[in-house]
Formats: sequence, structure tokens, C-alpha cells
Amino acid sequence: MSIYQLTVNKKKHRVDVDSDTPLLWVIRDVIGYTGTKFGCGMGLCGACTVLLNGSPIRSCSTPVSTLKATDKITTIEGLSEKATHPVQEAWVEAQVPQCGYCQSGQILAASALLASNPNPSDEDIDTAMAGNICRCGTYTRMRQAIHSAAKKIQNTKKS
Amino acid sequence: MKTSTSRRDFLRMSTTSAFVLALGFSSESKGKLLKKVTTTGVQINPYININEAGKVTLFNPRPDMGQGTYQILPMLLAEELDIPLDQVEIQMTDGSDRFGSQLSGGSSSVRTRWIPLRTAGATVREMLVQAAANRWKISMNDCSTKDGFVINKISQAKLSYGELVEEASHLPVPAKPKLKSFAEFTQLGKPSMRPDVPAKVDGTAIFGMDVQLPGMLYASILHSPTIYGKVQSYDATKAMAVKGVRFVLKTERVFFHGPYSDSGGFDQKLRGKAEAIAVVSESYWSALKAKKLIQVSWNALGFGETATEQYFNQAKAAALHEGNEYKDAKVGDFAKALQLSDYKVQGTYQTPFMSHAPMEPCNATVFVQGDQVEVWAPIQGPDGLVNDLATYLGVKRENIKINVTFMGGAFGRKAVFDFVMQAANLSKQVNAPVKVIWTREDDIQQGPYRPGMISAMQGGLDKDGNVLAFEHRLNGASIMASVFKADMRNNPDPWAGEGINLEDSPYAFPARRNSFNWIDPQMPVLWWRSVYASTNVFAQESFMDELAAEGEKDPLDLRLHLLRDAPKFVSVLNKLAEISDYRAKRKQGVSIGIAIARSFASIVAHAIVVEKQNTGGVKIKHVYSVIDCGFPLNPDNIKAQVESNIVYGLSAAVCNQITRTHGKTEQSNFHEYTVLRQGEIPASTIYVMPSQDEPGGVGEPGLPPIAPALCNAIFLATGKRVRTLPFDLSSI
Ligand code: FES
Ligand code: FES
Repeated sequence: MSIYQLTVNKKKHRVDVDSDTPLLWVIRDVIGYTGTKFGCGMGLCGACTVLLNGSPIRSCSTPVSTLKATDKITTIEGLSEKATHPVQEAWVEAQVPQCGYCQSGQILAASALLASNPNPSDEDIDTAMAGNICRCGTYTRMRQAIHSAAKKIQNTKKS
Repeated sequence: MKTSTSRRDFLRMSTTSAFVLALGFSSESKGKLLKKVTTTGVQINPYININEAGKVTLFNPRPDMGQGTYQILPMLLAEELDIPLDQVEIQMTDGSDRFGSQLSGGSSSVRTRWIPLRTAGATVREMLVQAAANRWKISMNDCSTKDGFVINKISQAKLSYGELVEEASHLPVPAKPKLKSFAEFTQLGKPSMRPDVPAKVDGTAIFGMDVQLPGMLYASILHSPTIYGKVQSYDATKAMAVKGVRFVLKTERVFFHGPYSDSGGFDQKLRGKAEAIAVVSESYWSALKAKKLIQVSWNALGFGETATEQYFNQAKAAALHEGNEYKDAKVGDFAKALQLSDYKVQGTYQTPFMSHAPMEPCNATVFVQGDQVEVWAPIQGPDGLVNDLATYLGVKRENIKINVTFMGGAFGRKAVFDFVMQAANLSKQVNAPVKVIWTREDDIQQGPYRPGMISAMQGGLDKDGNVLAFEHRLNGASIMASVFKADMRNNPDPWAGEGINLEDSPYAFPARRNSFNWIDPQMPVLWWRSVYASTNVFAQESFMDELAAEGEKDPLDLRLHLLRDAPKFVSVLNKLAEISDYRAKRKQGVSIGIAIARSFASIVAHAIVVEKQNTGGVKIKHVYSVIDCGFPLNPDNIKAQVESNIVYGLSAAVCNQITRTHGKTEQSNFHEYTVLRQGEIPASTIYVMPSQDEPGGVGEPGLPPIAPALCNAIFLATGKRVRTLPFDLSSI
């Protein structure tokens, strides 16, 4: 076991874990943010998606030893205060989640897409979201919600 | 179910203030996520608790796996109680007897609780009104209720439910409380926001996976690769050396509702339990790592060479003979009618074994302390779990407490509790709370699976293309035999006739016969979203189009004619034709295919437009759907469930399947058991029929007609008839 320094949701954490421990289990079981989910453990489903310096990564396949103390890790709990991120708001308005288990990952992937591409086309959405499985099949609503979140973001910028 | 309500639902809990201790979850504090939440108040019936401050807690007897019961069941109570759902707290029931059946399954939640829960709400409302009327010394007729208050219509004075509850609890329970008419509903019957959604966008919703208890240990399980199997010997030396690992132990995997003997079952093959090895550790990661280091020698108990190919060959051979007949599908003399037909048509359809693969793999946290058992788990039915645990552990039912969490999907999988029993077995062995987490590989390789089926169809037509005779022979595994260890060798599995009996499939064939031949799958099988309707309807609705083609009829016209005495089916088809512009001329290579089915008391029809691609294969352009599920309680959620069924059903048609050879499952994770992703989903248009009928099921009926609608469209576009699922859209 070794000590690692991590910055998760703007807070610094010191964790004592094996170097090969995936970030997923550190976030969930050591730090206690359980919004990040385990779905496949192989980088195939996206349920474990978190943001690393703003880009989506699969935390199940990211050993803790590969992270620096200065890396900014964002989980669903840290995306916004009180679920006010435009993607979260659009998600509620479109009533996207069903079981909800994939949704933390989906929302983080969508927020990263919009941060780099404020007006994504359907094809951009297909590419950016292809790594995130939803077994409940909420894909159509997610697409709608991403488009409406994009509009929300543009409108706030204008005003 | 319509009029009578079980007495159990109406027992008055107490005549004085009752204290209800409930466990809830809070996700604020790190690590220790479990908090005790105490609700005090008066409980006039088991489902409703009102405290003096006016806080209303509604107890929800149907676990939520994404289908929307978290909202709609409490709304049945809240509607009649006259309190907005966003003013109440919702708690899941704990499996105790007083809540009656608590299984989410068979799209039955609203259908079975539609009257009882509304009656429970209306009963309490009437008692509160009586208490207010007594206090004001006016007649009940001069009182109304709104938003948690009783209103004096004469003076406009108001009393909150909290102020009245103590008094109300001493009043006699009204024998026949008046239920609202549909027109009087203020919450049911219009699109509404589900109360679980906010917690599912900010990470605070607690799934089984998220439960953490003080002193909890994590377990990973090394299962028998052949599913049924025993541990001959094992070496845990390397595993024990992994830091954090506390125990490596033999455990079990029991199969469903007992008997839990290792030779249970009518033919000594349908086994009650298998053995497994568990790593119990301080962290899940160390448990996973250690599991890979264990050497086990397994006894496959004769299941080491089983294969799905062999199973399907047996089923195809069985299909040559008529099976055990279904009485609920018999019309006329099929054999004679076929003989008298001018044309005979045959088709054999094959549907694969399927894994449910819910996003959240099976997991459970259990703490066995002497004869007391507490469970935190994503499960579809806490009452069934109480029964199974009581049998398995030999403890009293009242000593078992179940905390139902949100389920990250289930689709039938979490209605059996093998993974919970594993956690119980381990907690008992190590004397600590244990959280068992199955990996995705465990999920996909261990079953239970939807049975793969062979449907042998035969039909007879007259010279003008009218259908004279229709036969559906089902050949395959019995879920009844798997789950309840019933002998299905000489009986048709009653579930297996779903979706194609006369009530579900009222085609006016002059002669009709359905029958079932049981084939031993040599693996555990289970209901999977829409169960046998998913396999039956694929064959039946595809074959309808084969008959239409042979008889030179339009597929829609043939159905409209044969369903002429079933007006609801006709309305659904007409609406489908309208929204899909069915009769429009389409360009060469573009076709529209349809299918219709009733399952779980609701009718769904899909129309799918496909386009033949120059590069080969076809592309799905659009899906149109019409659902008649009776009075639509939350039309937006009904749409969401149809959307969900389209995706789940299409994945099953064009992506994934379970195959087994040498006793082992060939797929292991989402790279081999593929599912549809964003970008592979067709656009859809969904219409929910207005209706004043009793509500039907919603979570499953959208699935059965999706694959046949697709294959019917493909036939019309390409001339190729798909009779085996899954298939590859790009190479058809
Ligand atoms: S759990 Fe990480 S991608 Fe599936
Ligand atoms: S909402 Fe259930 S898996 Fe996406």
C-alpha cells in the first residue's frame, strides 16, 4: 500500500491503497462518492466515467498510480452545486433517467462534450457518447437533452 | 382483484400513536452512508403514515428498476389521499407480511395494486374527513380535501392532516370508501415528473452497489465455470497473501426457490445448489485480485460437455411432433383444417438464450447476527426474499428485515435472489456484514438466462389466401421447471404460452393449436423482459407475414381482417397506420413492416421503416409505436418504457446472444455480449392511446412486437425472411 494524493471535486484527499487500485474503487469505497458506478470493469460501458482535467475517462481502467495530485478529478457529485449544471437540468426536464445507474457517466460525458463543442451535431453526439451504454435505452432522450442543454448554455452566454 | 381488497391491507395499525422505525439512506457523509431515519406518526394502514406535524410517508410495495414504480405506486395512494406526491416521503416496504405481495414482475405492479392502494388512500382520507367533520360538527358532505388539508366548505376553515390524524385513527375504518372517478384525478392521467429523477442526475440515488455499513467486508465470488458444479479442491495460498484479504472460503450458489439440495428437481438434474469459492476482503479491489490467484479443481457434475447447439438440435427434433397442448389457445380441429387447406405454409423460428445484463451487476449486502438478518439489496421482491432466506438460513421470517434499494436495471434478473443468499451465507460464516458484488463476467457467464426457443409454425390457407389453420409448437426450456423445479415433461409450461393465447392473440383462425415440448436446457433459465412473449411473438408475428405473402394479402389488411372481433386491436392498428403513413408509396428498397401483440394486459404495435443499403444490409430509418395500456397513468413514463423496450428488443434482435459449449458460456463482457449504443438507435414516434379502461402493464409489452416488425420490414425490402435471432443488419 502507498499514499496517494488526489484532488477530487476540488478537495484534496490522501488515500492509502495499492498502486494498481483503479480510481473507481478509490472514489467509491475509500473517498465515498458512490455516484460513480461499476458496470463492466473493462472500459466497455462508461458507467464509471469521471472527468480528468475536464475530459471523460473510465475510472475502472485508470490505476490510481497514474494520477498526479494536481490532476483535477470531477465526479457527478462535483459537477455542480445542487444539480444546476445545464446538462443536469436538461436531463430532469427531459426525464432521461430510468433506472439511473448509467446516468452519472452519461451526464459527465455529455458535459465534457458541451465544454469542448458548444453546439454539437447528432454525429458529434454519437461519437462522444458511444462509450456509454444505457441498458434502459434512454438514448433518444439523452440526445434531446444534450441539444437542449447546448441551447441553455448559449442563452446564458448571450445574456 | 378489482373489487375486493385483502384484509391485510386494511388492518388498522394502532389506535394510538405508533412509532415506525425505518432505515433510510443518506449519502452526505463519506464512507458511512447509512443513517437511521426515524419517522414517528400514526399509521392508519400499512401504506400511509402521517405524523402530527403533517408529514406524510407513503410505503411503496413495488421496487423500482427503472420502470417507474417509485412514482406510480405512491401516486395511487396520494391521489386518493388528496396530497401532492412532491409533499410526501416515499419509503420502500421491507418484505413484511402486512404489505402483501411486493414483487415487481410481470408488469403487474399497477394492475394488481390499482384498487387496493387507491382504496387505502381513500380510506385514510375518509377517516380524516370524518375527524374534521366531527370537530366542526358538520356533515362529511360539507368537507372537501386538498393538498393535505380538510376544508370546511361552509366556513372555509382548514385543518391539516397532521392535526387530524390522531383523532382519525380512533374512528371506525370505513367499509366502502369512495374512489375517485378518472375525471376527478388531479395527479394520475397526465405527464408528470418522476420523483426519483433528481437523485439520479446528481449521484445521490442509492443503489445496492452503494450501500456501505460500518465494519463491512467485500466479497468476490469464483463460480463454477459450468454453473452447476462442485469444488473438489482449491488452493488459496496466493490469494490469502493479497493485502486486505481476510478469508477465502467455500460458499454456495442456490438456485431460486428451493429445495436447496444439490440433487433437487424431478429428474435429479435441475439442481438446487452449486458450490463456489469466495474471497472476503477489506476492499473489493483486493477481493477481485485475489480471486484470480485461486486454483480450483471443479467437479462439473456431468454438465461439462453441454452445449446450446445440442439443445437447439434437440428442440428442432422435438418440433417434428406435436407437444403438450395449451387449452387456452385451442380452436376447432387443427389437423383436419390443415388437411382441408389448399396451401400449407411452414416456418421454424429460433430465438437465442439471453442474459439480462442490467447495468448494475448483481450485488447484496447482508448482516446475519445470530438469528437476526438484515439485507440491503437491489431486488425485485422483498417478500419473496424473506421467504427464501427463512428457508435457506432456518430463521424466523419476522427476524428478517429487507432494505430495498434502487435497482440499476433488473429485467427479471433480480426477482431471484441467489446473489443475496451468497452474501447471507458469507456473513454468517465470517460474522460481519458482507457485500457480495458479482462482476460483469459473473453476470453474463452464470445465468440464469432467457430460454432459447424453437417455434415451429404451420398454417393452412384456402385458394383466396384466407387462413384456415394455424399452429405454434413451442420447443424449449421451462422457466417453471427451472425456478420452481416443477416437472414439465407432460405439461405445457403455463408461462410459455404468453402472448399467443386466445386472449392475447385474438386472431379469428377457424382452427388453432399451440403446444409445448420441454427440452432440458442444462442451465438455469429465468424470465427476461416480457418472458416467453419475447420469443413467441417473434415467431408468430413473422409467420403472420409469411401467410400474408403466401396468400397475397397486405400484412396490415390480413391482421385487420383476422382481428375484426377485437376492436382494441383494430384501433391500435389503425392508429399505427395513421402515424406511420403505412399506405404511402415508398421508394424502391424502402419498406414498412408491422407487428402487434398483447402481453401483460396491454396491446402494442410497432411499424418499422427500413432501407436497403447499396453497400449491403439494411438500415432502420424509423420506429412507430402505438400502445394501449388502458388508462394512461403517466403518459410520459409510458412513452419512456416503450422507448426502452424498443432499444432492449432491438439489441436482442441484432446484437447479442448467449451461446455455450463444453458447459461454458462463450460470452463474458460487453465486448462479446454487445448492446446497442448511442448512434445505433433509430428515431421513434410513440403514441399512447387514450383509454378509460383499467390500466394494463407498461414495463414489458413494448418488447415482443419489435423484432418481428423489423424482420417483416426486411422481408418486404429485400425478399429475405429472417427466422433466426440475432442477425446482422449490415449483412442481411
Ligand atoms: S465500469 Fe468502467 S467502463 Fe464499465
Ligand atoms: S438509465 Fe438504466 S442503464 Fe441507463
